[in-house]
Amino acid sequence: MAILIDENTRVLVQGITGREGRTRTRLMKEYGTNVVAGVTPGKGGQEVEGIPVYDTVFEAWEKHGPIDASAIFVPAPLVKEAALEAIEAGVKLLLLVPDRVPIHDVLEIYDYAKKKGARFIGPNTLGILSPGKAVMGMIGGRAKSAREWFKPGPVGVTSRSGGITSAISYYISKAGLGQSTIVHVGGDAVVGLPHPEIVKLFEKDPQTEVIVMFGEIGTSQEERVAELIKNKEVTKPLVAFIGGKAAQKGTRFSHAGAIVEGNRGSWDSKVNALRDAGAIVVDRITDIPEAVKKVLGK
Amino acid sequence: MAKLFEYQSKEILKKYGIKIPDGGIAKTADEAVRIADEIGYPVVIKVQIWETGRKGKGGIAFCEDAECVRENAEKFLGMKWGQFTVDTVLIEKRLPIKAEYFAGFIIDDSTAQPVLIFSSIGGSGIEEIAKEHPDKVAKMHIDYGRGLYSYQAREVARKAGIRGKILNKIGTTLAKLYKAMREYDARSLETNPLALTEDGEIVALDAHIVIDDYGVYRHPDLGIEIAREFPRPATELEKIAWNVEKNDYRGTFYFIQMVTDVPPDGKHIAFHGAGGGGSMMSMDAVLNAGFKIANFTDTSGNPPASKVYRAAKIILSQPNVVGYFASGSGVASQEQFHSARGFVKAFLEDEVDIPAVLRLGGNYEEVAIEILHTYLKDLPVKVEGYGKDDSPDFCAERLKKLVEENGGKLHKVKPHKEFEPKGTEYKIETMTGAIYIDHEVCEKCDEKPCVEACQYDVIELKDGKPVLKIDPEEARKGKCTECLACEIACRFHGKGALHIHLPIPGLKEYRDKIIKEQGV
Ligand code: SF4
Ligand code: SF4
Repeated sequence: MAILIDENTRVLVQGITGREGRTRTRLMKEYGTNVVAGVTPGKGGQEVEGIPVYDTVFEAWEKHGPIDASAIFVPAPLVKEAALEAIEAGVKLLLLVPDRVPIHDVLEIYDYAKKKGARFIGPNTLGILSPGKAVMGMIGGRAKSAREWFKPGPVGVTSRSGGITSAISYYISKAGLGQSTIVHVGGDAVVGLPHPEIVKLFEKDPQTEVIVMFGEIGTSQEERVAELIKNKEVTKPLVAFIGGKAAQKGTRFSHAGAIVEGNRGSWDSKVNALRDAGAIVVDRITDIPEAVKKVLGK
Repeated sequence: MAKLFEYQSKEILKKYGIKIPDGGIAKTADEAVRIADEIGYPVVIKVQIWETGRKGKGGIAFCEDAECVRENAEKFLGMKWGQFTVDTVLIEKRLPIKAEYFAGFIIDDSTAQPVLIFSSIGGSGIEEIAKEHPDKVAKMHIDYGRGLYSYQAREVARKAGIRGKILNKIGTTLAKLYKAMREYDARSLETNPLALTEDGEIVALDAHIVIDDYGVYRHPDLGIEIAREFPRPATELEKIAWNVEKNDYRGTFYFIQMVTDVPPDGKHIAFHGAGGGGSMMSMDAVLNAGFKIANFTDTSGNPPASKVYRAAKIILSQPNVVGYFASGSGVASQEQFHSARGFVKAFLEDEVDIPAVLRLGGNYEEVAIEILHTYLKDLPVKVEGYGKDDSPDFCAERLKKLVEENGGKLHKVKPHKEFEPKGTEYKIETMTGAIYIDHEVCEKCDEKPCVEACQYDVIELKDGKPVLKIDPEEARKGKCTECLACEIACRFHGKGALHIHLPIPGLKEYRDKIIKEQGV
């Protein structure tokens, strides 16, 4: 098992003919992801890495449906259209890779996805990888590194920073353990599947025995995870590291933000909430493997 | 986040049919008086800054006559607010007020929806109002697909204690405010106070809009120079950096000066991170090692070598730093030799005089580290490359050692010499620059390593000379990735005929100015 993707997930690549689309399609294919089709409007009929390209998602679905997931590599201003198209065509899981997607576009995608029963990871995400099974996005960069750095195992990893997602997972592998699934939830203030949603999925996943979370200042994600632990919705052990202690005061949307977020968002608030709930919060990222081993009794 | 000044925010509200007081902005006391005379007294005069809470800190004055306006305008203009210097004041007609409200919209990340917050008490900070009078504050999450209707807004106002006919005006005003928020890509929009005047009008007496950085491109009318969060207007160097970023969509480059005038205290270093989380972790490490940071830079998202080169050149335009620290997450997905080559070009060009620790862990880190160590070994200072198994803390300690060994020498900025072609070179245009090859020199080159170095198959040998293998248009559009491999190969293993010119507009002039100051 793993969460969200495995070797059977039928994946579409939107923006497959672009610079990133092409390169990452190669990574995904070589790693074993079941990439079934690609879409670039106006470039239908071509092939990229042996994958057929179509003009619309609807057309790709006609020829290769059902499609389980779509990885979106189009430029940021076009992400909204690409995502809405995929959702309307019936795709239930999207990965929005690009950085700099306007927040109001994300709200619109979120709203439509919710109404259609679809989910999305990102935007501004490195992607998701289930070791030995499949990768969507660009975690690992190339298949060879991805195989070296990530190994199948009992640790579910969720992170708000792309680079740290790989770093934590690599340290875990180096310590002789492995991961069930590695998720970079995305670096933006509003993301489709934030930490609490991913943590809930890990809770249900039989392969996952311990959850590792990399949090950052800003947003309410980590506090909401603490609430899940408190409410016993999450019972698996959780090891967390929160970045940004030395950085400036957390990003608040405005003064009015305090009314909605309460005191959430700051480094102290996150660490305290998690510790209160019973999570293990380590002081250094490099302490994570030891903490995980201890939890697993190794 | 791109903050707007009060007067800019009000201009937007006006477009959406929301009433604002008569008035205008002034940059001199004369102008201020002229505006005040025009609109008639009494007036209010306010500093235009990005912070809120101006009233308590003496940034607002009420005036009955021209003399008072002149006096306050003179006091306000040039006033310092933290790192910010006031250069604009807003003069507005002072209106007779019957009641003050608060209206604000923000985005709640936990539901991914905008939230309307309304209070029937306004004027002071909303946090305090909510604490002291929770019954006067109401909020509502907005269904993004449907938007905000006046009837919903009326219900929110009712819950906050508003009664009577004024509910209608408040309802339509709130709906208009929401429309402005959405259409202008605002992260937040607040008006406090939103006032009810004696003659029964709803008027926005103050307004504060923050535009989403990523949506700024849809609003050229706002004239936002740099769509990034700054505590003060951007410095010259930051503007130069932003130009680089703006004109090259490949990867992300962020540059901010933490100290605009680096003191010669031997503690400040140049900081060059890669990726949000990795940068933060690396910053913690150098701070823990006792350093201070002159600038914060982040190049990430798979930037080409040319962008890293430009970033390094901009970073090296800061005098008095004692070391250069580059570090990301340590396990980067991107091919790290691109960054390595960017550093090599910049460091060689500037003949760097401060030690550097460059932690380039990730894909092809061994290649990246070898590039650094091979091509930078002849510099007068040490440049050390590290990979994913070397922690940021260890690397920070290394830099400390190297800085000590270098005697804590302060960095001196060198002139920025752009490559000047003779005009007879063979030229290949790239996305943000050009490759110049002096084919006469190539005749004396036996190995011709440039062609082999190009992993993108952009150049080939024809009659013993390296020439473009692909359509020039394709090279310009990005097929030549500006990876700098051919230039480095030619410089070290060929005859030095090949130069890649990557202009950085404004940097030469900026450095000349700094050097002049340095000399004093
Ligand atoms: S390596 Fe330099 S000198 Fe040699 S052929 Fe290439 S460009 Fe000319
Ligand atoms: S010509 Fe080739 S080697 Fe030279 S910069 Fe362009 S892509 Fe790199």
